[in-house]
Formats: sequence, C-alpha cells, structure tokens
Amino acid sequence: MQIAIRLFARLRDIAGAADLVRDVPEGATVETAWQALAIEFPAMAPHRAALSVAVNAEYARFTRGLAERDEVVFLPPVSGG
Amino acid sequence: MRPTLLSITRDELDLAALVRLVTEHSDEPPGRHGAVVTFLGTVRGENLGRRVLELEYQAYEPLAVRAFEIIAAEAAEAWPAALLALHHRIGTLRPGDVSVAMAVASPHRAEAFKACRYAIERVKQIAPIWKREIFEGGEAWIEGATADPSDSVARRAARERACR
Repeated sequence: MQIAIRLFARLRDIAGAADLVRDVPEGATVETAWQALAIEFPAMAPHRAALSVAVNAEYARFTRGLAERDEVVFLPPVSGG
Repeated sequence: MRPTLLSITRDELDLAALVRLVTEHSDEPPGRHGAVVTFLGTVRGENLGRRVLELEYQAYEPLAVRAFEIIAAEAAEAWPAALLALHHRIGTLRPGDVSVAMAVASPHRAEAFKACRYAIERVKQIAPIWKREIFEGGEAWIEGATADPSDSVARRAARERACR
C-alpha cells in the first residue's frame, strides 16, 4: 500500500524533498516506514531517538499501524517560539 | 474572515488584533475580563555567541494548530476563566521581527499571567515548528524538545515555570 511521508527541518534537508510517496507492506507500522526510510537515507538513522511522529495530523506512536494513503510525518526536536 | 484564536501565518503578527480576539470573543460578555496579559517572542540578533542574520521557520501547519488546541485545552483545564489567543509566524524572519504573539484574558491577572507563561512553555515543548538559524559564518537547525504532548514530565515542568 502507498503512504505519504512528509519531512521537516533536518530530515527534509537529508532527503532533499519535503514530500515522498512510498510503498509499505500490509500491516506496516510507523516503525516499518521509518526503517525503510533510514535505509534509503542512512544519514537519517542517528536521529531516530529524538523523533516523534504524527499520522494524519495527529500525534502518534511508532507502533501505530498504517493504512493506505496515510500521511506519516517524522518530527525532529522542535524549536518554535 | 474573522481571524481565529489559534493560527500559523506567514504574515506579520498583529498583537492588537489578538487582544481584540480575547476581549471581544463572541462567547464572552463585555467586561468579563479584568486583565489581559500579552507576550511577544522576537528574533534575537545574537545566539550562542554568534550574530544571527535570519531565522527560517517551518511548521507542520495542521498539527501545529492541533498542538495549539491541545495547549489551549490544557490551559483552560488549569485556569478555566482564561482565554488564549496564539499566533505563530513562519517563513524568513530577521532580528527584531515578531515570531510568536499571544494574548490571554481573564477576570483576574494572576491566572492570565500563569496561563500565558504556561502556553509559551508548551509551544516550545510540543508545537511542530522548527527554526534554522542563519548566522554570520554558517547555519544550523535549532533543536529543542522531542514533541510529545503526552509527556507528563514536560507538562509538569511547564506548569511549574508558570506558577513559580
């Protein structure tokens, strides 16, 4: 199934893109999507510990199961204000 | 269109408009509030000993507005009479520019001050907003807290800063 991945800040710079569409297997979780992304962009891998995630514009966990066309966003440590 | 209490914008922020939003809010009878506390976050021209030229703000806008809603709900739970307006600017800002503006109205000043301080602390903890600092000689993403609204330790820390 296809999911959309949106990237911000450091992760966007690493990927060289803000939006990606990727195939993930049925039963995939956010973690599955992250693992594939970290293989595609190895420079992202060290950032895993400090990331949080959102699915469809709601805060989520890496254990969250994904559905077709979900929008997954990996959030680097924030610095608003 | 009527401006909303909570928003992300590329436009210049207008503090007077935020004050009107909380003092003339349709749910509130006139004269209900005895205090309005405001806060502006502005771009500092010096950070970590380097001269800042620009800050480039990015936000995941739908989730940032959602984060502001969570923050407003948390503040309303702690200080039920306080009404919060919170606008954050994104895009390229220069030293002296206003990046965040808040207004909090309440019947008495104590809860307005507390709710205002709490809200800005929570923005810094959970809002999916990032800034890249372009300084003399380089650039760097500024990275603060891991954005997790359910982190009760962070929430308690914000509450303690608001109430001390």
